Amino acid sequence: MTITSTPIENGVNVEALLDARAAFADNPEIAQFQWRSSVTWVNGTHSRSDVESFYGFADEQVHHKSFSLDADHPLQFAAKDNGPTPVEYVLVGLGACLTAGVAAVAQQRQIQLRSVKATLSADMDLHGILGADPDVRNGFSRVSVSYQIDADATPDEIRAIVAQSQKRSAVFDVVTNPTDVAVTVV
Amino acid sequence: MSTVTAVVVGAGHCGLAMSRHLAARSIDHVVLERGEVANSWRTQRWDSLRLLTPNWMTRLPGRIYQGDDPNGYLSAPQVAEFVAGYAAASAAPVVTRTTVTAVRPGGQGFEVETDRGRWHAHSIVLAAGTTRSVVPPVARRLPDGIVSVPAIEYRNPDQLPNGGVLVVGASASGAQIAEELQRSGRPVTLAVGEHVRVPRRYRGHDILWWMDAVGILDERWDEMDDLVRARNLPSLQLVGAARTLDLNALQASGVRLVGRFAGVRDGVTQFSGSLTNVCALADLKLGRLLDTIDARAGGRGERLEPTAVRRTPLGIDLRFGEIRSVVWATGVRPDFSWLDIPVFDHRGRLLHDGGVTCWPGLYVLGLPMLRRRRSTYIDGARADADDLAAHLLDHLGAGKVLMTREAS
Repeated sequence: MTITSTPIENGVNVEALLDARAAFADNPEIAQFQWRSSVTWVNGTHSRSDVESFYGFADEQVHHKSFSLDADHPLQFAAKDNGPTPVEYVLVGLGACLTAGVAAVAQQRQIQLRSVKATLSADMDLHGILGADPDVRNGFSRVSVSYQIDADATPDEIRAIVAQSQKRSAVFDVVTNPTDVAVTVV
Repeated sequence: MSTVTAVVVGAGHCGLAMSRHLAARSIDHVVLERGEVANSWRTQRWDSLRLLTPNWMTRLPGRIYQGDDPNGYLSAPQVAEFVAGYAAASAAPVVTRTTVTAVRPGGQGFEVETDRGRWHAHSIVLAAGTTRSVVPPVARRLPDGIVSVPAIEYRNPDQLPNGGVLVVGASASGAQIAEELQRSGRPVTLAVGEHVRVPRRYRGHDILWWMDAVGILDERWDEMDDLVRARNLPSLQLVGAARTLDLNALQASGVRLVGRFAGVRDGVTQFSGSLTNVCALADLKLGRLLDTIDARAGGRGERLEPTAVRRTPLGIDLRFGEIRSVVWATGVRPDFSWLDIPVFDHRGRLLHDGGVTCWPGLYVLGLPMLRRRRSTYIDGARADADDLAAHLLDHLGAGKVLMTREAS
C-alpha cells in the first residue's frame, strides 16, 4: 500500500512571501511601501473612495483594476445608506487582514483549512461623535472578533494560528496602536 | 604599540572562557577590560537580582559551581566573585581599567585603540556583553517631572519617588522589578508586550533542567527555522528563586497590567490593545514548550492556568501624579560603537554567522542564541568559545599559509 499525502493548499503562496522577506534583507529600501486611496464627496454623508495605485518594491504599482467603494450613513441617521459606514470599513479591514493572515500562517505551518469564518463587532458610544460627553471617545470602546475555523489541526494549533495572525496583522496594529496622522488642506 | 595574536574585548564570563580556550591552543592573547573583571555584574545589576539559571548551570571551561546549593541562584556579587575567581585560577592575561575606544583594520589584522595605548592583533574576539539599554523613543515624550530609569540603572525601590510606577516590559527584568516595587508600597502598572512565560519548576525540576535534559538548550543556530525570531525572543519570564513569577502572580500581588506602551498624546499614555493577544501567544508558546518536554521525556505534567486578562486602561493621564516614575525594562543590546569595521547591517546590527563575522579574524561571543539556545546563558560560553577558538586557530593557520606564499 502506498501512502500519499495531499499537499496542503490554502491558496497562499508562502514561498513568494518568504522570497520577498529574503529580498528585503538584501535591499531594505524595496520594503518601503505606500498605500493610497482618494475620496470624493458625492452628497450628504455619501462619498466614493477609489483605490488603484500603490508604491512598493522601489516602484509605482497598480492594482489589476481600480476599485470604487461607497460609504455612507444608514437610514436611521437620516442618510441614504449608499454603502457601509466608515467605521464598518474599519471592521472590514480588520477582519480581512486577520483572515488573510490566518490563511498565510496555516499555509506556512502546513495546516489545511476547510473553512474560516469570523464575526466582528465594535462597540461605540455615540455621545463621543455627537460631542455630547467630552469623556467619551469618538472611536470604538471595544472590538470583538470571533473565529470559527475548521482545519486539520488541534484546537491549540488553531488558536496559535489566530494569535500569530494578530501578531503580524497590519490592521490589527493600526487599530490597537497609535499612528501619527497628518491631515492638511492644499 | 604592542603586538599580540588575539585581543579579547571584555573580561566577563565569555571573554574569560575564550581566554581559556585560546590558552589551551597556545594562542597568545590579552583580555582588555574597561573596568574590573565581571564589570557589568558589579555595575549594571539591581541589588536583589539573582541569576535566572540554577547554580549547577554556572559552568565555565575548567570550573564548575562547587558550592553547597546547586539548586539555588547566585546574586550578582556572587557571580562577580565566581568570574573573578575563574580569571585568577586561569591566570588569564587580563588588562583591567583599559577601555577599548576603537577597533579597525590595520597591518596584517587589526589595530586596537584603548585609553591606555594601542595594540596590534591578528584576531579580535568581541565579548563586551550587552551593556546598553534599549529605551524606546516614546520615553522622550514623558512629561517633565516624571523620573525615568532604564533597568540597567535601577538598583532598588528607594531610588524612585513614592507613588505609582509604570514598569515597561514584562520579561525577566520587568517582571522582577515590578514585583519588588509593588512590595515597596508603590502601586505598579506593568506595560506588557511580547513575553515568554515559563513556570520555575515543572514535574519536580527547574524548567532549565528540563530544557537542558531534553536537548532544547543545545538546539543550534544553523538549524533554526527562524533564527531572526529565535535571537530576538525576550528573556524567559523568570526570577532567580524557587517560585513562578508570571503575570497571574504579579496580578495577585496587586500589579495592574496594561498593553504595550505605544505612545503619549497630550500627556496621556497610549497602551496597545494587544494585551489579550500577547498573553494568548505566551500561553500557547508555554503549552508547546511543555508539550515538547513531555514528548521527549514521556509522561505529562500539570499545566498552568491561562493568563487572566482583565479590561485594562488604554491610557493614564501622566499630568495628575498617578504615575511618578517609569522603569524601562525594554531590553539590552551590545555596544559596538567603537568597532570601525563594516560588519553591520543597514540598521547597525552586527552581522555574524554563529559568532563568525564576515571580516576574517573577527569574532563575537555572548549574544543570545549565538550558536545554540544555551548561548544566552553563562553556561553557553564553554562550547561557544571552544567552537570559535577552533575557528580562530584555523584562521591563523590560513593566514600563515598565505603569508608564506606571499613571501616565497
